[in-house]
Amino acid sequence: MKFKVSEENNISTVFLNGEIDMDIADNVREVVFPLIDAGKEVHLNLKDVQYMDSSGISVIVESNQRAKQKNTKVELKELSQPVEKVLAMAKKFL
Amino acid sequence: MNAEQPELKNISEKKDFLVRSSSLKDVRTFSREVFEKLELDQSLKDELVLAIAEAAQNIVKHAYKDFPDTDDRMVVQISCKDNKLEIAFFDNGKPVEKEKIKHRAIDDIKPGGLGTFFIQEIMDSIVFKEGNKPWINNLVLTKKL
Repeated sequence: MKFKVSEENNISTVFLNGEIDMDIADNVREVVFPLIDAGKEVHLNLKDVQYMDSSGISVIVESNQRAKQKNTKVELKELSQPVEKVLAMAKKFL
Repeated sequence: MNAEQPELKNISEKKDFLVRSSSLKDVRTFSREVFEKLELDQSLKDELVLAIAEAAQNIVKHAYKDFPDTDDRMVVQISCKDNKLEIAFFDNGKPVEKEKIKHRAIDDIKPGGLGTFFIQEIMDSIVFKEGNKPWINNLVLTKKL
Protein backbone atom coordinates (compact mmCIF):
# COMPACT_ATOMS: atom_id res chain seq x y z
CA MET A 1 0.00 0.00 0.00
CA LYS A 2 1.27 3.48 -0.87
CA PHE A 3 0.41 6.69 0.90
CA LYS A 4 0.47 10.18 -0.56
CA VAL A 5 3.00 12.48 1.09
CA SER A 6 3.04 16.25 0.65
CA GLU A 7 5.80 18.63 1.71
CA GLU A 8 5.46 22.21 2.82
CA ASN A 9 8.25 24.10 4.57
CA ASN A 10 9.64 21.50 6.95
CA ILE A 11 6.31 19.71 7.41
CA SER A 12 5.58 16.39 5.75
CA THR A 13 1.93 15.39 5.62
CA VAL A 14 1.22 11.69 5.18
CA PHE A 15 -2.29 10.93 3.95
CA LEU A 16 -3.21 7.55 5.40
CA ASN A 17 -6.22 5.75 4.02
CA GLY A 18 -8.21 2.54 4.18
CA GLU A 19 -7.91 0.17 7.10
CA ILE A 20 -4.81 0.42 9.30
CA ASP A 21 -4.24 -2.95 10.93
CA MET A 22 -1.31 -5.24 11.75
CA ASP A 23 -0.91 -6.06 8.07
CA ILE A 24 -0.58 -2.41 7.06
CA ALA A 25 1.17 -0.97 10.14
CA ASP A 26 4.66 -1.75 8.86
CA ASN A 27 3.89 0.05 5.58
CA VAL A 28 3.01 3.13 7.61
CA ARG A 29 6.22 2.84 9.65
CA GLU A 30 8.24 2.56 6.42
CA VAL A 31 6.79 5.87 5.21
CA VAL A 32 6.65 7.82 8.48
CA PHE A 33 9.84 6.84 10.33
CA PRO A 34 12.31 8.04 7.65
CA LEU A 35 10.56 11.43 7.62
CA ILE A 36 10.93 11.71 11.40
CA ASP A 37 14.52 10.54 11.23
CA ALA A 38 15.17 13.30 8.69
CA GLY A 39 14.01 15.79 11.32
CA LYS A 40 10.74 16.65 9.60
CA GLU A 41 7.61 17.61 11.49
CA VAL A 42 5.10 14.97 10.42
CA HIS A 43 1.37 15.44 10.11
CA LEU A 44 -0.71 12.29 9.78
CA ASN A 45 -3.90 13.08 7.89
CA LEU A 46 -6.48 10.49 8.94
CA LYS A 47 -9.64 11.69 7.19
CA ASP A 48 -9.72 8.71 4.82
CA VAL A 49 -8.96 6.01 7.41
CA GLN A 50 -12.06 3.85 7.77
CA TYR A 51 -10.69 1.50 10.42
CA MET A 52 -7.81 1.52 12.85
CA ASP A 53 -6.96 -1.02 15.54
CA SER A 54 -4.27 -1.31 18.22
CA SER A 55 -1.58 -1.74 15.56
CA GLY A 56 -2.43 1.66 14.12
CA ILE A 57 -2.42 3.23 17.58
CA SER A 58 0.98 1.66 18.20
CA VAL A 59 2.36 3.27 15.05
CA ILE A 60 1.13 6.66 16.29
CA VAL A 61 2.64 6.13 19.75
CA GLU A 62 5.94 4.91 18.32
CA SER A 63 6.04 7.82 15.86
CA ASN A 64 5.46 10.27 18.68
CA GLN A 65 8.19 8.71 20.81
CA ARG A 66 10.58 8.68 17.86
CA ALA A 67 9.82 12.32 17.05
CA LYS A 68 10.59 13.39 20.62
CA GLN A 69 13.98 11.69 20.36
CA LYS A 70 14.63 13.62 17.15
CA ASN A 71 13.42 16.92 18.62
CA THR A 72 10.53 17.17 16.23
CA LYS A 73 6.84 16.31 16.48
CA VAL A 74 3.99 14.31 15.00
CA GLU A 75 0.48 15.75 14.77
CA LEU A 76 -2.77 14.04 13.88
CA LYS A 77 -4.98 15.92 11.42
CA GLU A 78 -8.59 15.53 10.28
CA LEU A 79 -9.45 12.46 12.30
CA SER A 80 -12.17 10.31 10.76
CA GLN A 81 -14.97 9.16 13.05
CA PRO A 82 -13.67 5.57 13.37
CA VAL A 83 -10.20 6.84 14.25
CA GLU A 84 -11.59 9.34 16.75
CA LYS A 85 -13.54 6.57 18.46
CA VAL A 86 -10.64 4.14 18.75
CA LEU A 87 -8.31 6.90 19.96
CA ALA A 88 -10.83 7.83 22.66
CA MET A 89 -10.89 4.21 23.78
CA ALA A 90 -7.10 4.00 23.71
CA LYS A 91 -6.76 7.15 25.83
CA LYS A 92 -8.15 5.23 28.81
CA PHE A 93 -5.21 2.86 28.39
CA LEU A 94 -2.53 5.38 27.52
CA MET B 1 -31.56 -7.86 27.93
CA ASN B 2 -30.48 -4.33 27.11
CA ALA B 3 -33.66 -2.23 27.01
CA GLU B 4 -32.41 -0.34 23.94
CA GLN B 5 -31.66 -3.49 21.96
CA PRO B 6 -34.64 -5.17 20.28
CA GLU B 7 -34.86 -8.95 20.31
CA LEU B 8 -32.26 -10.28 17.91
CA LYS B 9 -32.51 -13.33 15.71
CA ASN B 10 -30.64 -16.42 16.83
CA ILE B 11 -27.70 -17.08 14.57
CA SER B 12 -24.48 -19.10 14.47
CA GLU B 13 -21.92 -18.78 11.72
CA LYS B 14 -18.31 -19.79 11.50
CA LYS B 15 -15.49 -19.45 9.04
CA ASP B 16 -11.85 -20.49 8.95
CA PHE B 17 -8.93 -18.30 7.97
CA LEU B 18 -5.26 -18.83 7.25
CA VAL B 19 -3.29 -17.68 10.30
CA ARG B 20 -1.65 -14.65 8.70
CA SER B 21 -1.86 -10.91 9.25
CA SER B 22 -3.20 -10.66 5.69
CA SER B 23 -6.28 -12.62 6.84
CA LEU B 24 -7.34 -10.00 9.38
CA LYS B 25 -9.18 -8.00 6.75
CA ASP B 26 -11.15 -11.14 5.83
CA VAL B 27 -11.94 -11.73 9.51
CA ARG B 28 -13.38 -8.22 9.72
CA THR B 29 -15.39 -8.69 6.52
CA PHE B 30 -16.87 -11.94 7.84
CA SER B 31 -17.72 -10.31 11.16
CA ARG B 32 -19.37 -7.31 9.50
CA GLU B 33 -21.48 -9.62 7.33
CA VAL B 34 -22.73 -11.56 10.36
CA PHE B 35 -23.50 -8.37 12.29
CA GLU B 36 -25.37 -7.01 9.27
CA LYS B 37 -27.70 -10.01 9.55
CA LEU B 38 -28.22 -9.23 13.24
CA GLU B 39 -29.07 -5.64 12.33
CA LEU B 40 -26.96 -4.20 15.13
CA ASP B 41 -26.43 -0.47 15.22
CA GLN B 42 -23.29 0.82 13.52
CA SER B 43 -21.47 1.88 16.67
CA LEU B 44 -21.92 -1.51 18.34
CA LYS B 45 -20.94 -3.29 15.11
CA ASP B 46 -17.72 -1.27 14.91
CA GLU B 47 -16.80 -2.11 18.50
CA LEU B 48 -17.50 -5.82 18.08
CA VAL B 49 -15.53 -5.99 14.83
CA LEU B 50 -12.62 -4.32 16.62
CA ALA B 51 -12.77 -6.85 19.49
CA ILE B 52 -12.85 -9.78 17.05
CA ALA B 53 -10.01 -8.37 14.96
CA GLU B 54 -7.87 -7.83 18.05
CA ALA B 55 -8.45 -11.39 19.24
CA ALA B 56 -7.60 -12.77 15.79
CA GLN B 57 -4.53 -10.55 15.71
CA ASN B 58 -3.41 -12.01 19.04
CA ILE B 59 -3.56 -15.50 17.51
CA VAL B 60 -1.36 -14.40 14.59
CA LYS B 61 0.97 -12.36 16.75
CA HIS B 62 1.32 -14.53 19.83
CA ALA B 63 0.08 -18.11 19.31
CA TYR B 64 1.90 -18.31 15.96
CA LYS B 65 4.74 -15.93 16.80
CA ASP B 66 7.37 -18.54 15.88
CA PHE B 67 5.51 -19.80 12.80
CA PRO B 68 4.87 -16.78 10.56
CA ASP B 69 4.59 -18.92 7.41
CA THR B 70 2.21 -21.50 8.82
CA ASP B 71 -0.50 -23.05 6.70
CA ASP B 72 -2.64 -23.61 9.80
CA ARG B 73 -6.09 -22.13 9.90
CA MET B 74 -7.99 -20.49 12.73
CA VAL B 75 -11.75 -20.61 13.13
CA VAL B 76 -13.97 -17.73 14.17
CA GLN B 77 -17.52 -18.59 15.23
CA ILE B 78 -20.09 -15.90 15.94
CA SER B 79 -23.27 -17.00 17.69
CA CYS B 80 -26.20 -15.06 19.04
CA LYS B 81 -28.84 -16.71 21.16
CA ASP B 82 -31.43 -14.97 23.31
CA ASN B 83 -29.61 -11.67 22.77
CA LYS B 84 -26.35 -13.09 24.13
CA LEU B 85 -23.47 -12.84 21.72
CA GLU B 86 -20.76 -15.49 21.89
CA ILE B 87 -17.65 -15.24 19.75
CA ALA B 88 -15.34 -18.26 19.76
CA PHE B 89 -11.83 -18.54 18.35
CA PHE B 90 -10.08 -21.85 17.74
CA ASP B 91 -6.44 -22.31 16.85
CA ASN B 92 -3.62 -24.81 17.10
CA GLY B 93 -0.82 -22.42 17.94
CA LYS B 94 1.30 -22.21 21.06
CA PRO B 95 -0.87 -22.80 24.14
CA VAL B 96 -1.99 -19.55 25.71
CA GLU B 97 -0.33 -18.78 29.03
CA LYS B 98 -3.22 -17.09 30.77
CA GLU B 99 -1.08 -15.42 33.40
CA LYS B 100 0.74 -13.54 30.61
CA ILE B 101 -2.47 -12.04 29.23
CA LYS B 102 -2.32 -8.56 30.72
CA HIS B 103 -1.83 -4.94 29.85
CA ARG B 104 1.67 -3.71 29.28
CA ALA B 105 3.32 -0.82 31.06
CA ILE B 106 2.36 2.61 29.75
CA ASP B 107 5.80 3.25 28.28
CA ASP B 108 5.81 -0.06 26.43
CA ILE B 109 2.72 0.14 24.27
CA LYS B 110 2.45 -2.78 21.89
CA PRO B 111 -0.54 -3.98 19.89
CA GLY B 112 -1.04 -7.05 22.08
CA GLY B 113 -1.43 -5.14 25.31
CA LEU B 114 -3.67 -2.45 23.89
CA GLY B 115 -5.61 -5.01 21.86
CA THR B 116 -6.41 -7.01 24.97
CA PHE B 117 -7.50 -3.80 26.67
CA PHE B 118 -9.87 -3.08 23.77
CA ILE B 119 -11.35 -6.58 24.01
CA GLN B 120 -11.90 -6.16 27.75
CA GLU B 121 -13.51 -2.76 27.25
CA ILE B 122 -15.92 -4.01 24.60
CA MET B 123 -16.87 -7.50 25.78
CA ASP B 124 -18.46 -8.71 29.02
CA SER B 125 -16.30 -11.79 29.46
CA ILE B 126 -13.13 -13.38 28.12
CA VAL B 127 -12.66 -17.09 28.79
CA PHE B 128 -9.97 -19.50 27.64
CA LYS B 129 -11.57 -22.94 27.44
CA GLU B 130 -9.47 -26.08 27.62
CA GLY B 131 -9.76 -29.54 26.16
CA ASN B 132 -11.84 -28.63 23.13
CA LYS B 133 -10.05 -31.13 20.86
CA PRO B 134 -8.68 -31.09 18.22
CA TRP B 135 -7.98 -27.45 19.06
CA ILE B 136 -5.22 -26.28 21.38
CA ASN B 137 -6.62 -22.84 22.11
CA ASN B 138 -10.29 -21.90 22.40
CA LEU B 139 -11.00 -18.31 23.37
CA VAL B 140 -14.61 -17.38 24.01
CA LEU B 141 -15.80 -13.78 24.23
CA THR B 142 -19.34 -12.98 25.32
CA LYS B 143 -21.53 -9.92 25.48
CA LYS B 144 -25.15 -9.42 26.47
CA LEU B 145 -26.81 -7.32 23.81
